[in-house]
Amino acid sequence: MKKKQGARMDKYLLVSVLSVCVGIFVWWLVTDGLGLFRSNVLPSPVKVCQTFLKKWVEARPDGATLLQHLMASLKVALGGYLIGALVGIPLGIFMAWNDKVDMLVRPVFDLVRTIPGVAWTSVMVTLVGIGYMSKALVIFISAMVAMVINSYSGIKQTKTVHLWVGQTFGASNWDLLTRVAIPSALPMIFTGLDVALGSAWTTLVAAELLASTRGLGFMIQQARGIFRLDIVIVGMVVIAITGAILSSIIRKIGDRVVKGGRLR
Amino acid sequence: MSENKNVLIEFRHVDKEFDKPEEGMYKVVGDLNIQVRENEFLVLFGPGQCGKSTILNMIAGFEMPTAGEIICDGKAVDRPGPERGMVFQNTALFPWLTVMGNVEYGPKMQGVKKEERRRRAQKYIDLVGLQGFENSFPVKLSGGMQQRVGIARAYCNEPLVMLLDEPFGHLDAQTRYLMQDELTRIWQAEKRTVIFVTNNIEEAVYLADRILVLRNCPTGVKAEYEINLPRPRNYTDPEFLRLRREIDAVVDHTL
Repeated sequence: MKKKQGARMDKYLLVSVLSVCVGIFVWWLVTDGLGLFRSNVLPSPVKVCQTFLKKWVEARPDGATLLQHLMASLKVALGGYLIGALVGIPLGIFMAWNDKVDMLVRPVFDLVRTIPGVAWTSVMVTLVGIGYMSKALVIFISAMVAMVINSYSGIKQTKTVHLWVGQTFGASNWDLLTRVAIPSALPMIFTGLDVALGSAWTTLVAAELLASTRGLGFMIQQARGIFRLDIVIVGMVVIAITGAILSSIIRKIGDRVVKGGRLR
Repeated sequence: MSENKNVLIEFRHVDKEFDKPEEGMYKVVGDLNIQVRENEFLVLFGPGQCGKSTILNMIAGFEMPTAGEIICDGKAVDRPGPERGMVFQNTALFPWLTVMGNVEYGPKMQGVKKEERRRRAQKYIDLVGLQGFENSFPVKLSGGMQQRVGIARAYCNEPLVMLLDEPFGHLDAQTRYLMQDELTRIWQAEKRTVIFVTNNIEEAVYLADRILVLRNCPTGVKAEYEINLPRPRNYTDPEFLRLRREIDAVVDHTL
């Protein structure tokens, strides 16, 4: 089945690459090509590429190289994300499995989930100051929310008939959870991991815009202040590519762990 | 015919009502009294929606009678248990486990050591003719093969009674005939008490030692037939056709 899809995937890839190329070409056309925009309003793709390469070694104008910014952002995002997963997945599972846990946690959770992650920034800065902790906590909250929601509905979607099968085999309540409900919820849990990664990464950049001394968001914010739109765009591109890579890693892991696909 | 006349399962004045949101209480089973003998192949035959599955679900312990009781092996049924194995219409295999993983699931839950349960699972995988597919995931198997896994899985737990809820209902006609032969062969190789639910009259006569014809809701036993034809049976045998016509005349025909 995989091989058959291979040919279609190649075609799909070709079209995607083509559309990106067309986009870049139009961008070049309106800047360097026809000169519709001056380079301090919209820098050309060539200029952005030059800045991108230069920024790997140059700390100017914001005090750190691109790699240092990227690593700072990754450290915060992955830290908050991992703790979010470690707390969010079990919380979602137990909320779905046990009515008492659900009743206890649900009201608080329903209130928290409606607050955009960034809104926590000011609170966190007041609590723990500008630094790693405040940002990691903001990421933690937004990642955890996505994780709870997805593992919760994954467990809730366990088929009754599968639980019955477990029961006719004499499975204990713990067996039913660990050997029926959780395996059947795994696809949803991995969806949660993917969604949470997306919200962690976007929240991070927003948090860095407000409270930071290093990181991609900080770099963008500084560049904006001195009208260096080329650096802003470099920041945006790096954020996009890093996000896509991280997401594809999660999906690869998911494909490895989630076996057997779905039966009708 | 069953050599052993011991009663394994007994329904004593069983009622079952469901609370339907629009219509109020709805009686599905009314004063049902059935005896199931050890090692017999009993077929519950009746029109669609007549409560056949409810009867099986109550034996399995998924649902409780509203009144009366069900005795299995001397004990009243109050929950699902490993002595009552179920084969579901939609197979209900675990998609995340291989064929082997599914079949050895029961013994694993019972705490049987890996080597022993693998040996046992292999025996039943061979019995249902799936050798070579041990490491396949159910999603890769055809409907008939999936149902074989379902049968092997129920058998592997060595239950006292096998409950089959229209197990071939989703299969195409050709596969259905094949699976009926296979089930007869498997059952003859490993005698168990089997309660088989179907709405297919031909299937009922082909498989059963005894057929209970059920009436529409609230369901109860309308007629009872002992089928003494030798196995393997022939769908075109005059006696087979006569029985078929006779039973068909008794059934409640509904749309």
